Amino acid sequence: MTLRVEQVSETTVMIRLGNKIDLALVPQLSALCERIQQHFGRGVVELIPAYTSVLVEVNVRLLSPEGLKTWVMNQGDSLRVTRDSGSGKQVTLPVYYHPSVGPDLAAVAEFAGVSEQEVIARHSQHTYTVCAIGFAPGFAFLASVDETIAMPRHTTPRHQIPAGSVGIAQQQTAVYPAASPAGWQIIGNCPKELFNPRQSPMMPFDVGDTVRFEPMSESDYRAAGGQWWQD
Amino acid sequence: MVAGLTVLDPGVLSLVQDTGRYGVGQLGLSQGGPVDCHAFAWANYLLDNPAKTPLVEITMGQARFRAEQAISIAITGADMQPCINGQRVGMWQTLTLNAGDELRLRYARRGLRAYLAVRGGWTVDGAFGSAATVMRNQLGGLHSGLGEQAGGMALTKGDVLPYRPHALLPRGRGVPTRFIPDYNALTPLALVPGYQFDSFSAEALTAFFDGEYTVDQRSDRMGVRLNGPSVVSKQPGIVSEGIALGAVQVPPDGQPIVLLNDRQTLGGYPKLGCLTRASLSMLAQTRPGQAVRFYPARLADASAQWQAFVQFFDWV
Repeated sequence: MTLRVEQVSETTVMIRLGNKIDLALVPQLSALCERIQQHFGRGVVELIPAYTSVLVEVNVRLLSPEGLKTWVMNQGDSLRVTRDSGSGKQVTLPVYYHPSVGPDLAAVAEFAGVSEQEVIARHSQHTYTVCAIGFAPGFAFLASVDETIAMPRHTTPRHQIPAGSVGIAQQQTAVYPAASPAGWQIIGNCPKELFNPRQSPMMPFDVGDTVRFEPMSESDYRAAGGQWWQD
Repeated sequence: MVAGLTVLDPGVLSLVQDTGRYGVGQLGLSQGGPVDCHAFAWANYLLDNPAKTPLVEITMGQARFRAEQAISIAITGADMQPCINGQRVGMWQTLTLNAGDELRLRYARRGLRAYLAVRGGWTVDGAFGSAATVMRNQLGGLHSGLGEQAGGMALTKGDVLPYRPHALLPRGRGVPTRFIPDYNALTPLALVPGYQFDSFSAEALTAFFDGEYTVDQRSDRMGVRLNGPSVVSKQPGIVSEGIALGAVQVPPDGQPIVLLNDRQTLGGYPKLGCLTRASLSMLAQTRPGQAVRFYPARLADASAQWQAFVQFFDWV
């Protein structure tokens, strides 16, 4: 584990634990966030974990960015945690996999050289790790997709897709919590609400949790009030 | 009856803002907050309000309000030639609106955004500890977004901005002129090199620092898009990572985007570094088509400047 710490603005420090997507980093990053929060309390006002890094914003009246930087550098090997990436809670998301709500299902099947049924199997038989939450509220970056169906993004993003759309972008998969522009390959739709600021928690997962997708029938999807595609 | 300032015309875009929503970045929510924290801080300071007090950020101008009771207000930021009942009044100073008075702001000249503050602040509920309006996240503003009504809404005609009745402050208490910026002056903006700065070639960096950029029409509170000399990183994309306020990201088309308060939390484009807080306030006042330039700044200088700002305004 190579640890690099850089102050990037008057208030903000970037901590990097690696430079490529690696599921082993996820629990390390979660542990680091927890320890920073415990140690500095209100001195830290924002923590944004990503695949390989954590961005930390401090309240400069309570904590200097240099102080944070020094503390992180002194942690060294003690940041290494042994728990595996499956230590968070498990979340199951129902998905209606069908061309009517997943217009790229056929393209992914062609990309993989298998049937649509096989794409569904390969996507839903995997357990994914929540590596980061961001881009939009409730948008969880999940890794990693079976290599055979890890199709790259569209060259030109779609202007708007419905909430719940389940997409693939190379080895990442995710559910779009709200209608959004989107460049990912859409293979189905998850009717579960993934972000609600009126509820606690606001979203079903945290970084480090694991996610499984469970295929659902059209009638269950209808009953769950799933969104339909209007291209 | 709730005391309030009635919105007769919200103009192009008027948003309730406080210093921002913190601690929710790991959920993908934006901070929000005033894009010009300098003008924002002075507006509250004039009225003896705590730094975090919610006020209204008015973009472009052309807005009208009516007071229902006598109140103390202040307007800072872009020059929108404010009038009370048709009479021109000054900016960057305390003003009084009497019951029935109409406050009118014209289109912004010199600058883009003005801040309208009332003594004691607009009393709105807030969501996750902040009243900041983030339209994309549907949070904050007059309706927090946590109740029945959708949040994240801009002010509309007929809205009433609530405030607590208060003792009036003397009129004409002003900001010293040396602290009132000239938004038309082409002052180079300070960029602190960081992030993937080293992934840009010497030629690309020369083009960036020697070049002049114009502010694109498509700029908003999420980011200011710039048009000018192309700067391309040798690293086309990076593993998505957290984006600090003021980060200058460069997509493959080589045209930089400066990320502001409503920015997305994570992104995968290489970044040159961050603009200083002071320079962000200036950038927030540029208008589409206006030219900007950049110079490489020292983090230590930017930090000292920010520390002084934070101490003076008791910034949270």
